[in-house]
Amino acid sequence: MKFETPATTNPIDRLKVIGQPIHRIDGELKTTGRAMYAYEWHDPNTPYAYGYPVGAAIAKGRINAMDVTAAKSAPGVLAVVTTLDVGKRKKGKFNTANLFGGDEVQHYHQAIAVVVAETFEEARAAAALVKADYAEERGTFDLSAERRAAKKPDESQEPDTAVGDFEAAFRSASVTLDQSYTTPDQSHAMMEPHASIAAWNGDEVTVWTSSQMIDWWRSDLATTLGVDKGKIHLMSPFIGGGFGGKLFLRADAVLAAFGAKAANRPVKVALPRPFVINNTTHRPATIQRIRIGAERNGKITAIAHESWSGDLPGGGLETAVNQTRLLYAGANRMTAMRLVTLDLPEGNAMRAPGEAPGLMALEIAIDEMAERVGMDPIEFRIVNDTQVDPEKPERPFSHRDLIGCLKLGADRFGWSNRPKVGSRREGDWLIGMGVAAAFRNNLVLPSGARVKLDRQGVVTVETDMTDIGTGSYTIIAQTAAEMMGVGIDKVAVQLGDSRFPVSAGSGGQFGANSSTSGVYAACIKLRDAIAQKLGFNSGDAVFENGIVRSGNRSVPLAEAAGPGGLVGEDTMEWGDLAKTHQQSTFGAHFVEVGVDVATGETRIRRMLTVCAAGRILNPITARSQVIGAMTMGAGGALSEELAVDTRRGFFVNHDLAGYEVPVHADIPHQEVVFMAETDPMSSPMKAKGVGELGLCGVAAAITNAIYNATGVRVRHYPITLDKLIGGLPDVA
Amino acid sequence: MRAFTYERASSVEAAAKAAASNPEAKFIAGGTNLLDLMKLEIETPTHLIDVNGLGLDKIEATPEGGLRIGALVRNTDLAAHETVRRDYGLLSRALVAGASGQLRNRATTAGNLLQRTRCPYFYDPNQPCNKRQPGSGCSAIGGFSRQHAVVGVSDACIATHPSDMAIAMRALDATVETVKADGSRRAIPIADFHRLPGDTPHIETVLERGEFITAVLLPSPVGGKHIYRKVRDRASYAFALVSIGAIIHPDGTGRVAVGGIAHKPWRVEAAEAELPKGARAAARGILADARPTEQNRFKVDLVERALGAVLSEARG
Amino acid sequence: MQDPIQLELSRRDLLISSAATVAVTGVAGSAAAQSAGKQMAYVTKVNFTVNGERRELDVDNRTTLLDALREHLHLTGTKKGCDHGQCGACTVMVDGRRINSCLTLAVMHDGDEVTTIEGLGQPGNLHPMQAAFVKHDGFQCGYCTPGQICSSVAVLEEIKANIPSHVTGDLNSPAQLTAAEVRERMSGNICRCGAYSNILDAISEVGGITA
Repeated sequence: MKFETPATTNPIDRLKVIGQPIHRIDGELKTTGRAMYAYEWHDPNTPYAYGYPVGAAIAKGRINAMDVTAAKSAPGVLAVVTTLDVGKRKKGKFNTANLFGGDEVQHYHQAIAVVVAETFEEARAAAALVKADYAEERGTFDLSAERRAAKKPDESQEPDTAVGDFEAAFRSASVTLDQSYTTPDQSHAMMEPHASIAAWNGDEVTVWTSSQMIDWWRSDLATTLGVDKGKIHLMSPFIGGGFGGKLFLRADAVLAAFGAKAANRPVKVALPRPFVINNTTHRPATIQRIRIGAERNGKITAIAHESWSGDLPGGGLETAVNQTRLLYAGANRMTAMRLVTLDLPEGNAMRAPGEAPGLMALEIAIDEMAERVGMDPIEFRIVNDTQVDPEKPERPFSHRDLIGCLKLGADRFGWSNRPKVGSRREGDWLIGMGVAAAFRNNLVLPSGARVKLDRQGVVTVETDMTDIGTGSYTIIAQTAAEMMGVGIDKVAVQLGDSRFPVSAGSGGQFGANSSTSGVYAACIKLRDAIAQKLGFNSGDAVFENGIVRSGNRSVPLAEAAGPGGLVGEDTMEWGDLAKTHQQSTFGAHFVEVGVDVATGETRIRRMLTVCAAGRILNPITARSQVIGAMTMGAGGALSEELAVDTRRGFFVNHDLAGYEVPVHADIPHQEVVFMAETDPMSSPMKAKGVGELGLCGVAAAITNAIYNATGVRVRHYPITLDKLIGGLPDVA
Repeated sequence: MRAFTYERASSVEAAAKAAASNPEAKFIAGGTNLLDLMKLEIETPTHLIDVNGLGLDKIEATPEGGLRIGALVRNTDLAAHETVRRDYGLLSRALVAGASGQLRNRATTAGNLLQRTRCPYFYDPNQPCNKRQPGSGCSAIGGFSRQHAVVGVSDACIATHPSDMAIAMRALDATVETVKADGSRRAIPIADFHRLPGDTPHIETVLERGEFITAVLLPSPVGGKHIYRKVRDRASYAFALVSIGAIIHPDGTGRVAVGGIAHKPWRVEAAEAELPKGARAAARGILADARPTEQNRFKVDLVERALGAVLSEARG
Repeated sequence: MQDPIQLELSRRDLLISSAATVAVTGVAGSAAAQSAGKQMAYVTKVNFTVNGERRELDVDNRTTLLDALREHLHLTGTKKGCDHGQCGACTVMVDGRRINSCLTLAVMHDGDEVTTIEGLGQPGNLHPMQAAFVKHDGFQCGYCTPGQICSSVAVLEEIKANIPSHVTGDLNSPAQLTAAEVRERMSGNICRCGAYSNILDAISEVGGITA
């Protein structure tokens, strides 16, 4: 099915199951420890062996030689496979750095060997015995030092846009702002480390792994191993978080496959936590310069956003200016992104790539600008709202209710009580409130599904879609239940298996809308098959309460299925509605913080996020996505930073003690409101993504609240106490 | 983790003797730091002596009016002990400011004192570190040093001692009671127990090989207001950037030990005389000869400000 | 929902064994070493009770309690998130107290009683805390969840037992069950999906905190 024209009324609009607050159907498995993640697959008849990775001890250079004699003769060792043994491999399409193979070291902790042994303890001990002799080369590791050497990347990355005459408009503006902001490298830090089990059967390999994108992994694993894609069976039914860190094939799967081949045994490999941060990918740091010019009435006349980020050779931009192309009006505008070559680990997508760091900067700048023109920051945003793509005014937004989010949020949060800067104090706490807009583009990808109806009337959905905590199992079951007119207890959902139709996968907040649309398409096929079998006109057949009706005939679905059952399979594909209409999601974040007047410690007291993101398929799981994103934003604002050692070229704080993500005590009660809306341009589901929207702008709202509390404006994340205490009142 | 043999010690003396007879043996109690380090082969004992069954888990009143805390008393139990809460509130507060509930349920009194630094370079076996590999150099100097020490540092090491409990013990003038391999016992004042890094940052305490901590003694209560103020980026489950352990009397006199700034719990008795004059005067003395890095210079201000907050709380 | 893994296994017609004794195969280097005149080995026999069931294992001395549960007893509900005591995903109860099972050796638990997430409740027969987590959506990816739930159950007991916390106001009066207390005490369990606000709601319901 191809979605080419805006959706009209369809069975989803019945909202008997879709849109209802249904608890996760995988909830009992997860809360009882029965949900099995990649490393946990256990077949009692299979003699699993354990693989333990070895990482490069340098950031850049070549491996002259490796000595595995001691490792090979260590107790229990079955095989040692080195990067020299397997030689240079063809790289997967989605990988920037090599995962394994060849003598080149491109970054710290790049995998250089896997040691396979009978037990985990033996493999770990033997891995420490692997020796490598390196020819170390000089690398570049410091974004700010290399900024002058930045280059314009190729046009496919859309580095530059310009409309009107920014420079002239900025020069003649009544009120101007010209500031620089920085965001640090960040880590996904999902709770389940990357893990895989590989088992060969002849030239076929089955891999249980932790992947957001089954088909991408399968293709790239085939390329990396040099085997036919059809010989690879990938399974990823439960994923312990991803946030973009499991979008692309990772070393654990490759090491498990090579290790299993060498040991002639199924092999389990998990990346040890202290290894994850430098071995895998991260969100790249940015330096951003924002210039805004406005008239006295607050109307923006000129806006420019430039960003510098780094990556390995062949890598890409952190697209931090993207939202600035779309979020606010202004006749004269320019954006530009430049790329620096850095020999740090691979930079790549982390939740809301581009917008997350971009809004961390832009939404501080907007707050600063509002203050300069003497307007409330909400009013300033409303004055500069646009209902069309400001770079291409002939392109309207499909639906845009940023103003509604800001107004509703202001009312709910008590924004009118916002104190004057640095004026509210409760005991040792300076109290402030902040706001920021949330914005994230709505993407869609092709997504397939197979839906089966059996003679018990049970509907089974099969798709290689993944559930990384997003609620895919549940919303897919809801979609199938709604479409087929059955209760959710009559639906079974099977995900994350490469034998199933290829789906959108989980990423870019495209998963929920795309994958349920794929299920919608497959259900339409199944409905047609049922109608056809019964001799019904599929146009007027009604599927309701486990029965299909047409005219005065009605047949239970179980009976319709017959002994052989019926199947519908299809893939949702997308027309050009996303080209003719800008599809985005919107929101507003409200935060109240307390800053300790003596120590500068910031603690969040209240958080509210209002989202306008199309139809909400399940308010429980959608809300969880948003509170989770708000929490990640709190970490990004206050503590998360991968510390770069610019001499040795690696992230120093490479574990969960050093890289501080928020804990329970950091997070207050969080409130989420969804605007009641649908977007018929987005899909037959009329839904849009929400999982990344919730992150976009949170950190800036916190930073703006800190400014409101203290009068100290910090433009360099994270906003740690050392950046505040110099501006706080004397307490000694 | 290297392979090791394992025994459950039957007595304190046997434990000390077993340790002395094997230079590569280690005692294991809670294990919350030792196993962490063994997994990374930063610690590589070939033999572990499990001392959990030695019955050293009692808290008893001493004839001098103080407390004798068994070496194996878990952090949770020490923090929850009625007398500790009443008379040594600083200790209770410091304990519950550290780690997590799970870790405090395992971590022991002696083990807490023997924690090793959390310097990330110490934790990464690929990086030079004089503490891990004497003579290899200090990566933190000139590197990522936001968490590191500002006083008592050397050119060989700027690591901090991570314990919260030890800060309270220092302010309370605790004594560490040990048994040596030859069976002799000694009492080490907490002030002398931990060493500054100097040229030998790998030697962190004055304990001899095989010497075994049996108890920590607290003198009789000193009264005053007990305040432990831990400053950190996240609200919980994080090591201190700076912590202040203070006992302040109504007349403004008192004692202060500071965490997060040195290779040992940091207390400058001479500076305590300045406490009645306020935080600035006292902090000046506490931080005399501070040698911060570019990244941790803020700790100098932070100590003064946190101490200011503590003194104001004590007055309030 | 049916467990797709179990479905897959049954499809392949395999038996799920629940052998009470699992011997570690191939522990080479079980050669004896000499210390203090006693014969000692790299492998030790350990007996403990897990979820009410007696278990006997010959474990490599290096095996953590976590790996004994996961790799030897196939109780994979207890998760390995960091293996260094920095996340809390491996939280289990030993003799009624919650600990990080990654930072303790199996051999140190001879005679102990271990309770894991599997021992709290099962699908169809949930522990009230498990049910509350489902009701309040106190999880997303589910990987930290068993640890969160074990901790939650223990936290309520710790407050009842009058164990103080970092946010306890007066050390000399009984510990109170409040939202702030729960947040502080749960802070050793990291949830990167960010379900904290919902987890608090779940614990509040079971513990009886009225907001």
